[in-house]
Amino acid sequence: MTDPGTRTGASEAPVLRCVDLSRIFGQGKHAVRAVDDVTLELQRGEIASVVGESGSGKSTLARLVLRLLEPSAGRLYFHGEDVTRLRGFARRKAYWKHVQAVFQDPFGSFNQFFPVRSVLRSALRLESHLSAAERDRRMWAALESVGLEPGSVLDQLPHELSGGQRQRVMIARAVMVQPELLIADEPTTMIDASSRANILNVLLDLNRDRKLTILFITHDISLATYVSDTLFIMQSGQVVERGPVEQVTRAPEHDYTRQLFADTFSLHGEAWRPARAEGAP
Amino acid sequence: METVTDLLVAEDLQAYYRYGMSGWIRAVDGVSLHLREGEILGVAGESGCGKSTLAMVLASIARWPLCVRGGRLLVDGREVPLRVGQGDASHRGTMVSMMPQGAMNSLNPTQRVRDFVFDVLRSHDPTVTRQAAVQRARERLEKLQLPERVLDAYPHQLSGGMKQRVVAVISTLLNPRVLIADEPTSALDVSAQRALLALLAQLLVEGIIGGIILVTHELPILRNVASRTMIMYAGQVSETGPTEQVIFEPAHPYTRALMDATLVLESATKRQRIEGLEGSPPDLSRPPEGCRFHPRCPHASETCAESFPPTLQPGTDHTVACWWLADRLEPSRPGSGVTAVEP
Repeated sequence: MTDPGTRTGASEAPVLRCVDLSRIFGQGKHAVRAVDDVTLELQRGEIASVVGESGSGKSTLARLVLRLLEPSAGRLYFHGEDVTRLRGFARRKAYWKHVQAVFQDPFGSFNQFFPVRSVLRSALRLESHLSAAERDRRMWAALESVGLEPGSVLDQLPHELSGGQRQRVMIARAVMVQPELLIADEPTTMIDASSRANILNVLLDLNRDRKLTILFITHDISLATYVSDTLFIMQSGQVVERGPVEQVTRAPEHDYTRQLFADTFSLHGEAWRPARAEGAP
Repeated sequence: METVTDLLVAEDLQAYYRYGMSGWIRAVDGVSLHLREGEILGVAGESGCGKSTLAMVLASIARWPLCVRGGRLLVDGREVPLRVGQGDASHRGTMVSMMPQGAMNSLNPTQRVRDFVFDVLRSHDPTVTRQAAVQRARERLEKLQLPERVLDAYPHQLSGGMKQRVVAVISTLLNPRVLIADEPTSALDVSAQRALLALLAQLLVEGIIGGIILVTHELPILRNVASRTMIMYAGQVSETGPTEQVIFEPAHPYTRALMDATLVLESATKRQRIEGLEGSPPDLSRPPEGCRFHPRCPHASETCAESFPPTLQPGTDHTVACWWLADRLEPSRPGSGVTAVEP
């Protein structure tokens, strides 16, 4: 396959490159442009966050990149290779060896009747050439890399794990096939604030140790500024602002970005106290 | 601290879940609190610490297998029955109302919002007309900047944020004295969070509701809206005080750990590691002896594992249950009334 996505002069093609990617749901009057001409690039080892409110098209973008949805227009390149049209399940499976995802609800991602061991095993079907011993080794290594004790976790059922542990098993499942790109779609939304930091630290460690490229999808801009190198702010399907995280946080240019920062509850500065007008001390 | 002006007073609430043939899960175990008129009291803690159970008990909607084993609840000085089926149901929705956690599952999927609103109002006031009910809901929706067409919609036609706001409108429709809001913002994005909290605050300022108990695990939200904050751990209160003090000068090691695990919006935090809290809350069917936090506490000593910590008062209106703090505060210090509390 030719390399139309490779930039001339660049030593390495970006891991992911979307060019004018669009997805329209519905037809005619009711058509919704969920993702509208999105162009973005992710270099190897980069953590980029897509931030926007509910309904801004973040998750649709994630599903397009995962090739779970067909784009209506635009092109998608993975390491310079055009993956916009992947015909047949076999070719998608081959793609998912390199691109994996973690979703919002760690409980919904499990079959609750199967222990962690079978959840992880089923993911290893993507690596059918491995021997049984090698598969076991991968499972142990993956669980250890997310800070879980494989000996005790492997035989537990999903309901026996806490929310944070479940999400860590999901991350282990995703990184077990040694992908290059991990799409994390709101991975901490349903997790307690106290274990949220642990999940983020796991992702940061994987990024550092394995050069894992991460596309982080979130509505929480403080989370995004904490983990990422690059921010993409999305509104109504379009990327309205993009840039290195320092630049966007220091001098946001788009009104919507400023609004996001203003609306986020902070521990610093003047407290908002909407009810202070009366009664409350 | 409990005075006649307190809007809501709860004393030594005990609510256990029945587990198996003879086991009990002590989700709320000796919680006392008070809420003043016009105040927002925040309740924070990890999942599994009994926050939502406390909310259910306060709203007196505890149902089997959750059993209220003891305690008293007073609203405006009037005793509210804690057990379902005890006394009449007239206090529900008028004295204490609950805004539930899962807005997605709180509406009837086969009813339009307007019919649901009418049903809610009619069950409390049989004389209300359909028009009057809808008019009341319409006024509230306007305040939340929700279009009127929401009333004609079925729940599946609304987005998650809209549903949450509709649930907020319905749970305050009867002008309750106390609103218990259980994680009202967890499914919302930041702009919708702010809009919802602004509505609750507005209802409070206008005197439509008397006070709010806001259950959440997001400390930044509490810091911005709650005047006092209560931290719960393993079914018990570990620290209560003015929000600024609890958050910025936490006295209990658990509150400190929660604060350390909180993400802060500022550019300097990029890729700076924040340490989360290791481990998880204890199994409440067999809670640890002594202080329930001691297995995870960095300052735990032998005393902590043996006996229940005393309730200390490091500042005005600020109470903490901790042995470690007791050792550092001299008992003779004025204001540090060391009083041992039996579990």
